[in-house]
Amino acid sequence: MSVAKVPRETLAIALGADELASELAQAGHEVVRTGSCGLCWAEPMIDIDGIAYGPVTDLADLEAARLGPVDTLPDLARQERRVFDRCGRADPFDYDPAWLCSQLERDPVEMIGEIEASGLRGRGGAGFPAHIKWRTVHDTPADQKYVIVNADEGDSGTFADRLIMEGDPFRLIEGMLLAGRAVGADKGIVYLRSEYPLAAEIFARAIASARNMGLLEAFDMELFVGAGAYICGEETSLLESLEGKRGEIRAKPPVPAIAGLFGKPTLVHNVITLCAVPDILESGGANYAALGVGASTGTMTFQLAGNVKKGALIELPFGVSLRALIEDWGGGTRSGRPVGAVQVGGPLGAYLKDEQLDTPMTYEALAAIGAGVGHGGIVVFDETVDLVLQAHYAFAFCAHESCGKCTPCRIGAVRGKETVEAFMASAQGDDELAIIRDLCDVMEQASLCQMGGMTPIPVRSALGLK
Amino acid sequence: MLEPGSEETRVRDIATVRVDQIGGTIAALSDVVRTFGHIERRHMEIVADVFNLTVAEIRGIVSFYSDLRTEPTGKRHIRICQAEACQSVGGRELTAATASRLGIGLGETAADGSVSLEAVYCLGLCTSGPSATVDGRAVPFATVEALTE
Ligand SMILES: Cc1cc2nc3c(=O)[nH]c(=O)nc-3n(C[C@H](O)[C@H](O)[C@H](O)COP(=O)(O)O)c2cc1C
Ligand code: SF4
Ligand code: FES
Repeated sequence: MSVAKVPRETLAIALGADELASELAQAGHEVVRTGSCGLCWAEPMIDIDGIAYGPVTDLADLEAARLGPVDTLPDLARQERRVFDRCGRADPFDYDPAWLCSQLERDPVEMIGEIEASGLRGRGGAGFPAHIKWRTVHDTPADQKYVIVNADEGDSGTFADRLIMEGDPFRLIEGMLLAGRAVGADKGIVYLRSEYPLAAEIFARAIASARNMGLLEAFDMELFVGAGAYICGEETSLLESLEGKRGEIRAKPPVPAIAGLFGKPTLVHNVITLCAVPDILESGGANYAALGVGASTGTMTFQLAGNVKKGALIELPFGVSLRALIEDWGGGTRSGRPVGAVQVGGPLGAYLKDEQLDTPMTYEALAAIGAGVGHGGIVVFDETVDLVLQAHYAFAFCAHESCGKCTPCRIGAVRGKETVEAFMASAQGDDELAIIRDLCDVMEQASLCQMGGMTPIPVRSALGLK
Repeated sequence: MLEPGSEETRVRDIATVRVDQIGGTIAALSDVVRTFGHIERRHMEIVADVFNLTVAEIRGIVSFYSDLRTEPTGKRHIRICQAEACQSVGGRELTAATASRLGIGLGETAADGSVSLEAVYCLGLCTSGPSATVDGRAVPFATVEALTE
């Protein structure tokens, strides 16, 4: 009997995957519900006996959507899939825990050594070396330690956390258990945003399944669903929220690795950081570190979004240029017009112009032009973009999401938004630009966290202010 | 004595289950929204009592999180993504056109309660915008027609 793989993933379902699955079953195929392989432009993308089709709108005219053998599909085969290797290939619940169980016998200090050798840095935005946090949590004596997964994924243009939690939840469970073993924690919590209901359902089922397999005896985990607050993606706000409070930022120090949830040593990582851990421990830190450029080691799950023809998740070693991602992988803009600006790294990321697109995607090269990798989101705008409006939005978003704890951000964002409005209304605008420049300096230097501290990045880059 | 099945009993039960849980107040208040559609002052009083907190503390939490709504939504609830990836493919225009077709602004509910329109900041469908949800169902490549008909 022929086997048809159909994604059970939010986007594919919204585009008709459930209906396709039942039609295929009725037509006599054995239907397997997988995750998405991340080629979002091809959703709903189905695989029948190893041949990929997508986007499939009508099963009667399947040949029109033929993409070719899935194993040699250039859009997948040219990637370096370390985190997403299983995602989209199989039923995520068809899981064999043998490898994981063998790894849970390893020596914690040796495991942390592999993480150090890999050069892994946090994928949530700050790019902080993972091994330092691991060692700190490991070395801090306490009766209780936690591993917390940051799945708040609020950045526009990002969906990697969602894709892996829907498509390969056991990868995250592996990462959490391995990290727990290494740092000496016996409790894990996943903080998931409420905008991702299917990810919540699938991940909750994966936890139950892991528990049935006996995987959660030495390390238990639970899922917590947030209640709609971008700022709760910031780790200390997230901790406040898990303690049942308003998500107001905590001053650091102490860092969460020393005093985190309920004052206990807490390892907080982004989903993708933890999902890189199984590959590192399996193939070795040095093997992972051989990928990438300089101190930007390993792969990054780039997410190509916005006005782009072939929006997708593309996992590649650091170092690929933005232009290659947008043109070779993305096929240029969806509208067919020239690129006008590209925002890299979410709402707190810089707007880059055409002449900056040859920058290699590494932490260092982006920092050198005042930008950042963030969580790997790349949002393409065509030439019709109104950058003044984007600067206005950056302030407005900050005003909307500010936790209100510190004045530069709470007041500055509102004043910034009003001043951009005055700038749009005025003939000259020099006075307003001077105020915006001042506000940006104050917010950058005096904000308690990076919400206020980084809002100047999109504002300045959009307005061409130095 | 509480009547079994009364609203007060139900809120008390919802909150009691969550008392010792991580993020329990937020989970309980989210459950109140799921059950009753929105949170009223009397709900906050019960939750405060169960968690041994002041009503002011509960009100502070409610005002912080956008899902913890204190007003009912319309019978049909539309959320349109306002974030950058959706802006790049016409999200602003879609929002304006939908608002004008429905005769309500963002954040408003029609006077007859038939429909409400709300902003949302990224649904993780950023390759396929403009994105929206109708009664929780995701709508990629959203159009005014898809949202209002
Ligand atoms: C305003 C703001 C929002 C953030 N949102 C997220 C988020 O949604 N997901 C995430 O993993 N990190 C987010 N971060 C970064 C976290 O504070 C933290 O650095 C990260 O979770 C650490 O994990 P990592 O080392 O694996 O990157 C945010 C930071 C700020 C300032
Ligand atoms: S910068 Fe903004 S979000 Fe961060 S602590 Fe200050 S007010 Fe809160
Ligand atoms: S920006 Fe609209 S769905 Fe992500």
